[in-house]
This record gives sequence, C-alpha cells and structure tokens, in this order.
Amino acid sequence: MKQFLSFVRKEFYHVFRDSKTLLMLFGIPIVLIILFGFAVTNEIKNAKIVVCDYAKDPASQEIINKLSVSETFLLDRALLSPSQVEEAFRKEDIKLAIIFPANFYKDLQHLNKAQVQIIADGSDPNAASTLTQYATSVIMEYQQKLIQNAKMPYTISPEVRMLYNPELKGTINFVPGIMALVLLLICVLMTAVSIVKEKETGTMEVLLVSPFNPFLVIISKAIPYLALSLVNLAVILLVSVTLLDMPINGSVLLLFGASTLLIICALSLGLLISNVTQSQQSAMLISVMGMMLPTMLFTGFMFPLENMPNALQVFSNIIPSKWYYIIIKSVMIKGLGFSAIWKETLILFGTTCFFLIISLTKFKIRLA
Amino acid sequence: MRTLGFLLRKEFKQIFRNKSLLPMIFVAPIIQLLILPLAADYEVKDINISIVDHDHSTYSQQLISKVTASGYFQLADYGNSFKRALKLIESDKSDLILEIPQGFEKNLIRENKEKLFVAVNAINGVKAGLGGAYLAQIISTYNNDIRMRWLQQPKFNPMPQIEVTSSNWFNPHLNYRFFMVPGILAVLVTMVGAYMCGLNIVKEKEVGTIEQINVTPIKKYQFILAKLVPFWIIGIFIFSVGLFLVARWVYGIVPVGSLLLLYSYMSLYMVAVLGLGLLISTFSDTQQQAMSITFFFIIIFMLMSGLFTSIDSMPHWAYIIAKCNPVTYFIEVVRMIVLKGSSFSDIKYHFLVMVGFAIFLNGFAIMNYRKTS
Repeated sequence: MKQFLSFVRKEFYHVFRDSKTLLMLFGIPIVLIILFGFAVTNEIKNAKIVVCDYAKDPASQEIINKLSVSETFLLDRALLSPSQVEEAFRKEDIKLAIIFPANFYKDLQHLNKAQVQIIADGSDPNAASTLTQYATSVIMEYQQKLIQNAKMPYTISPEVRMLYNPELKGTINFVPGIMALVLLLICVLMTAVSIVKEKETGTMEVLLVSPFNPFLVIISKAIPYLALSLVNLAVILLVSVTLLDMPINGSVLLLFGASTLLIICALSLGLLISNVTQSQQSAMLISVMGMMLPTMLFTGFMFPLENMPNALQVFSNIIPSKWYYIIIKSVMIKGLGFSAIWKETLILFGTTCFFLIISLTKFKIRLA
Repeated sequence: MRTLGFLLRKEFKQIFRNKSLLPMIFVAPIIQLLILPLAADYEVKDINISIVDHDHSTYSQQLISKVTASGYFQLADYGNSFKRALKLIESDKSDLILEIPQGFEKNLIRENKEKLFVAVNAINGVKAGLGGAYLAQIISTYNNDIRMRWLQQPKFNPMPQIEVTSSNWFNPHLNYRFFMVPGILAVLVTMVGAYMCGLNIVKEKEVGTIEQINVTPIKKYQFILAKLVPFWIIGIFIFSVGLFLVARWVYGIVPVGSLLLLYSYMSLYMVAVLGLGLLISTFSDTQQQAMSITFFFIIIFMLMSGLFTSIDSMPHWAYIIAKCNPVTYFIEVVRMIVLKGSSFSDIKYHFLVMVGFAIFLNGFAIMNYRKTS
C-alpha cells in the first residue's frame, strides 16, 4: 500500500511539474464550455438576405419591414435585377433572396392572389430549409392579418408548450454535449500519452523491473487524471450553471457518479490506446485525429442520431459519450432519477469493463 | 540547395519508415471522409409523436390520420393519458405530444372555436421549432378543410392568398453531403498539417537530435523549409485523394469552379497551417505540451469555423473570433469554389486574408525559433 501511494505521488509530481500541460488540462475545458456555450448553436440568426422588390407598394414594404426586424435575418440591401442576385450569391455570404413581382399589392387586393419568390443558397441545406421556413412564416403572418379582417369561423387554435427549454436556447442542448466531448477526449489523451511517454523515454523499463506489481503501476498512473478530471468536472458545472444558466434539475450526486463512470471509461480507453502504440506521436494521433470527429458526431448533440444510416446508428453505440450525453440530459435538464437512466449507466459500465479487460490482457510486462 | 535536398530526403525517410504513423496520416482521414458525411445530416424527419385523444370523435380521428399521413411524423403512441405520453418524452421515445381535449368536435361546431394542446420536447431547440411548425401547418390545413365543408364555396377566392414559391440554388435537392464533404475535407487536411508538423519538430527537441542539427552549418531557413515541405506535399496529396476519389466517386461531387483556383488557395492555406504547427513547436518543449496546445487550437478552430453551425448566428464577439480563424476562410472558399463555382474576383478578399495569415504565422514562428537554447 505504501508503495502504491508513493507511486501515486510520483505521478502527481509528474502532472503538477509540467505547468504548461496542467494549464491546458484546466484551461481547455473552461474555455471550451464558455466559448461554445455562447457561440456554437444550431439556431440560425443574422443570416444575410437580399430583397429584390419590383412592387415597391405598401404590402411588399410591410413584409420587408417585418423581415428586417426579425433576429433571424439581417437585411443586407435591396437589389435591382435577378442577375445581381446570382452575383450576390456567388460573391458574398448571402443566404436568401426574396423577390416581389411588380403589382404585388394590386394582385393581392383585386385577385386575392399574389406571388412571392424565395431563393435560398442550397449549399448549406440546413440553413436553406430553416430560413425558407422562417421567411414563409413571416409572409404567412402578414396574410393571416389580412384574413383576420374578414373574420373566419371554425377556428382551431393550437396551444404549444415547449418542455424543458421554453426559450428554445441552443445552450441547453450543447452544453451537455460539450461536457461529454471534453471529458472523454482529455482523459483519453492524457492517460494514453503519459503511459506511452514512459515507454518512449525508456523509464517504463525501470518501472517494470521494480518489485512492484505492473498493473498497479498503470493504475497509479490513472489516479491523478481521475482526480484532476473530477475537479475539472466541478469547475465545468460551476461555469455552466453560473455563466450559462444551465439548470441542474436532478441530483448532483447522480451527476457526479455518472461522470466518474465516464472518466473511468475514458481512462481505460486511454490505457488501451497506450498498449497498442509505441510512440507518443501515434498515441496522440489515434486519440485526437481518430477520435475527435467521431466523438463530436456520434455523441448526438450536433446531428440527430436517428437520422443516420442504420450501420452508423449501430456504430454510435460503442461511443461512450453517447450514453453519457443521454444520462446528463436526463439528470440535469429533465430532472429524472436513477430509475430512468439505469440502462444507459449499465451500458457505460459494460463498455468500461470491456476496455479494461482488453487492455489488461494486452498489457505486456516485457518490452519488445 | 543541395543541403536542403539532403534534409528533405531525411524527413521523407523518417516519415515513411514510421509504420504506425503512416496509416494514421493517409488512411484515417480517408476513412473519416467516407463515413462522417453520412452521419452529419440535419434534416428533421420522422418526428415521433404521441397523441392523447380525449375526444374519440370523427374529427379527432380525421386530424390524427392527417398528422400520421403527412410524412413528417411517426405515431409513437396513441392513448388517453397525458402522463403516459410525458413518460415517453422523458425516455426520448417521443418528441411531441398532441392532446385533443374532450368535446373537441362539439365545441368546434357549436362555439366556432376550440383549442388543441401541443407539448414539444425542446431540449434540441431547432428540432422542436421545426416539429412544432410542421404540426401547426397540418392543423391549419385541416382547419381550412373544415371551413370548406361548412361554408358555401364562393365564386371568388374569399381569402387573400400569398403564394410562396421557393427554390434552392447550387444544391437543388438540399443534399446535406454536398455541404459536409468539402468542410470535413478541409478540417482533415488542417489536422494533419498542424499536428504532424508541430509534433515532428518537438520530437527532435525531446529526443535531443535537434542539438545535432543545430551544431551543423545548416541554416535556420533550410531546417524549417525541410520540415515544412514534406507536410505541405502530404497535405496536398490527401486533399487530392479526398477530392478526386472520395468526393467525386463516392458522393458524386464535381467541383463547379476552377481546380487551379482551388489548388492555389489550398497551397497557400497549407503554408499558413504549417506555420501554425511551427509556431506551436517553438513554444513547447515536449510532445505532450505541443499536443495539448494543438488540441486546444484545433478544437476551437473546428467548432468556430462554420463547419457544422453557421458563424453568422454567433454573438458578435464570437463572430470576431471566427473571423480570426484561418479554417473559416478555407472552408468557405472550398465550398464556394466546389459548390457555387466562384471565380478569383469573388474570393480576392479571402486570398488576401490568407496571405496575411501565412506571413504572420510563419514570420512569428521563424522569429521565435532559436538555433541555440
């Protein structure tokens, strides 16, 4: 036991003496949470649009005014001809063009029917369909106003309630995702590198010939990172509650329990990577290049998992952060108890055991 | 020149001899490019809806069949308990609840108006907004049907009606892959460039071989060039494989604009990215440090680049950060040339900014690099 403690102490020294890495270890999560809590959102705001108004009558003016006060659109300028529209799309980041034909209001008054054309930049399909939807609804609102003057019977009015997130803030969706991403990647990276580093510099040999159990050598390497990650988690939670107004509706204890499980899972994955690699360079490449994009996508906070092809949905099941993300959302936002998340927790636990067993069986106590 | 040739040969040998590194450099990006665009699909479809029907009337049945036949929604549950529907939302089995109150049909006919209750799981705000909007659309169409049935059809259109026709240029079928593939390709090239270049130099520092190079008459610029050129070539190679093999044959994306323009921008961009790697390497002593710093920058560059989410939606301060990010410009240019066929005069400004980045990053790095420690 005493031996073990002194090994753990050695590892803590390693971590604390490297102030640059330590700064990164704590700096990255905090900066990321703040940056992305505020900045990364799938809402669409301030999209630049142009209008091409041939009508220049009260109706088109009113619709244009409505569009320009909306937060979604940023009315760039009015254009004169369709050829200019094409040039604008090609040259600038215009997302939408709205064209009012001549006699718009006249047609509306006399024929009760008028046309508006919307052209979207389809190279960003998500923005294109959302913006078209918004612009259409602004125009429809105007139409509704005209209809109301001619009172209509038999009206069904839907009352819509947005559960958990009444203001439709992107933060609620993104912060748990970023938490999962950051915790997973940093833990994997740090463990993998710190073990491979001993291999590369040759000190692993020294540790292995010591009378100390090689498995405990590895475990003592993981302990400082477990401790640091828990501190990290506390800081992340503090930042997201105070600065980003994230609610914690469920039990904090449960949140920490689940996070500890994820951290252990990440540590064992890092261990696995360190076993199969020989140099820090390749350990880093696997844990960053190999894992960053997949984790980002398959956690499910960027793109809905249910839209992916079946094979990828199956694949996403082995990404630990996916389960963690579900747990965090249930506990933090929906305020549910353990009974709602036992299945995900069990899966996360199973994944952890799987990684641990593989890496322990692959662990070689002889070098080369 | 001859010295530079020898140094380059050394670098290439070192890269190609490292058997564990090679697949990471060449295979991993290609595999990611093959798989990831399939995963990045934002189209909102198959929204799961649970319907709570307290009315059980002809009208409520008609409304339900309208909702399920629309193609947007999938009926996850039908019953008469709101509590049960809420449980389904909690377990993520359904996204939306439509509650039809008792006496829906009766009140609508007798009192001319009636309410419906809709509850949406709004954790994902965009999905919730779109789901709610689709449902509102269906309800309003159904509402019009009822009016038609009860009111006499007048000769003229009784209500003013604005017809909105919409079209999507550059990608008429709104294929999300067209948007993602160029973006992901750009990010992969960035990661390979910045990471490999930074780590490579720090490795020499850590192992101590940089000392041996420092005592030779090799000039500072020769050493740096020898480190940059191989990764510049590798970056362009990966980009070409991604563009011609994966994007073209797998996703059917053929660049609309000029390839020459695309490649000249790409070459310029690689210089800037390698400069970043070089700069990071001058600031760090160990590979672990270099890696943490690069990780920090890459993840910020990636999420702040408009790859997944639009930079226009960001608050102003974040928008400024995004504008100071070279990846933003590269992704924008790749998308502009490949999808819209923009010409040189359209992206002059982007060229200028990238030249600035390249000069700043490389200049700073070279100034910071010392042959003596």
